[in-house]
Amino acid sequence: MKPDMTVNLAGMQLRNPVMTASGTFGYGEEFAEYVDLEKIGAFVTKGLSLKPRAGNPTPRIVETPGGMLNAIGLQNVGIDAFIQKKVPFLQSVNTPAIANFFGNTIDEYAELAGRLDQIPEVAGLEVNISCPNVKQGGIVFGTDPECAASVVKACRAVTSKPLIVKLSPNVTDVVAMAKACEDAGADCLSLINTLTGMAIDLNRRRPVLANITGGFSGPAIKPVALRMVWQVAKAVKVPIIGIGGIMNATDALEFILAGATAIQVGTASFINPGAAQQIAVEMEAWLVENGVDDIKSLIGALET
Amino acid sequence: MQFTSMILSNAEVSPGYWRMRMTAPPEFASAAPGQFVMVRVNGAIDPLLRRPFGVFDVGVHIPAQSGAMTQPYFEMLYRVVGKGTAMLSTLHKTDLLDILGPLGKGFDLGADDEEKLIVGGGVGLAPLYLLAKELVKKSPVRLFAGGRTRDDVLCITEFERLGVECYTATEDGSLGECGLVTEALLRRLDALDGKATIYACGPHGMLNAVANIAAERGISCQVSLEGYMACGVGACLGCVAPGHKHSPETPDFRCVCTEGPVFESGELKWRD
Repeated sequence: MKPDMTVNLAGMQLRNPVMTASGTFGYGEEFAEYVDLEKIGAFVTKGLSLKPRAGNPTPRIVETPGGMLNAIGLQNVGIDAFIQKKVPFLQSVNTPAIANFFGNTIDEYAELAGRLDQIPEVAGLEVNISCPNVKQGGIVFGTDPECAASVVKACRAVTSKPLIVKLSPNVTDVVAMAKACEDAGADCLSLINTLTGMAIDLNRRRPVLANITGGFSGPAIKPVALRMVWQVAKAVKVPIIGIGGIMNATDALEFILAGATAIQVGTASFINPGAAQQIAVEMEAWLVENGVDDIKSLIGALET
Repeated sequence: MQFTSMILSNAEVSPGYWRMRMTAPPEFASAAPGQFVMVRVNGAIDPLLRRPFGVFDVGVHIPAQSGAMTQPYFEMLYRVVGKGTAMLSTLHKTDLLDILGPLGKGFDLGADDEEKLIVGGGVGLAPLYLLAKELVKKSPVRLFAGGRTRDDVLCITEFERLGVECYTATEDGSLGECGLVTEALLRRLDALDGKATIYACGPHGMLNAVANIAAERGISCQVSLEGYMACGVGACLGCVAPGHKHSPETPDFRCVCTEGPVFESGELKWRD
């Protein structure tokens, strides 16, 4: 029998728990050639700001063992171009599209949330309070529970769409951050964003990235992500999206056992643009092989 | 498109430089000169990311025995620079590779009634062979190939076989003229009677020099850039290059993998 792969994520009904992570999937359209978007649960667009952002100087990325560092600098087309040029595509796809966004001030966050709330093609919002590259925004809001709560409250006040808050791992106590966001009105938490890291070119005696530090992603970060998802899942009631180094169905199912209702595929889409769809197919096959008739029965089913 | 390709041959053509021929689906034959592929060196996570390579040539292999299936193929010319390319150089005939491509925007072949001047440095010759193959069909083509030593000047005979007139220069004088290949280019431009288009690929310093020469003389010039990229499809935004309006105050970046890798040299920012 075909297992039930559907999950409910803060009111959004997903055909399966596989989503794509912001910043690794463009605005969806770039991957239409490689992924049947109607075979994945949902996709998250590149983080949006009020004004277009050109991003950082190069080098912006570097590979490290089992992972990569990026310091793109939140390059994006801005909310106006998003509405004009990217939203029409979202309309053509029968899969929830979630808009990721970030601001430099609480007012900017609220303005973006309010504008995104008005777009029928946007199924949900994901607030980036955790980007490690922008000093004025991410690092402040994402590492202080009170600041994070103010951002979430301001966004909550202007949107009735599902509100996901993406958490940074670059904190001492991720559970405190998670609880603060839940109390402030988040419908769902996604974690983890990238870990702050750095690479050095010994011969040139210089940092590899022009930005010096960058966000570390890829299979190397999975153990950290699993631990954080597990800790947060025990402490909050809202659903969790697990993110961090997911390369295959095994990785994805581990996050679900740890307490995630859905997962996001990030760096894996760079290596294999069809990764998200492939992971969804393989997850279903695992359920069949193991006689599990509903994916939901695995959420948080880790035995300790 | 994404496909599994079987290696047909992988040989060192000059110390440190390799040429690989691999099977391709029939649709690959329409690859434009200047387009590239993203190669997954192995299925493991080290190296994690794909590596970009220019398409050196495309063709169809016709087996010796009659009745056997013809096999479309493509070739890459690559230099061993790190772990990924070192691993690639150890692969053998019948090994399989996961390929994404052809990707990006290739060269514009331009008008027929003008001279085509191709400038390549080192492994920068990789995307220029397929270009020369197309250009010789309609226009006179000259190649200016440079390198540090004779080992860095690749596949000249292949270009000569196409009927391309070749000029070579090496920094140590071990092949052709001693010095930079731009010297020979300048001489040709001085002697030029009529219009020309320059096509260049190679180290950034060489491209910069060529772009400045083209700008000074008002000659159209296309350059193919390299970029450090994770995805090759415009998602990671790692491979951007500064556009002509770029400054730290007013950033203007172009995405090498989707807006390029070939750009009109005037679109980009160069040093004077």
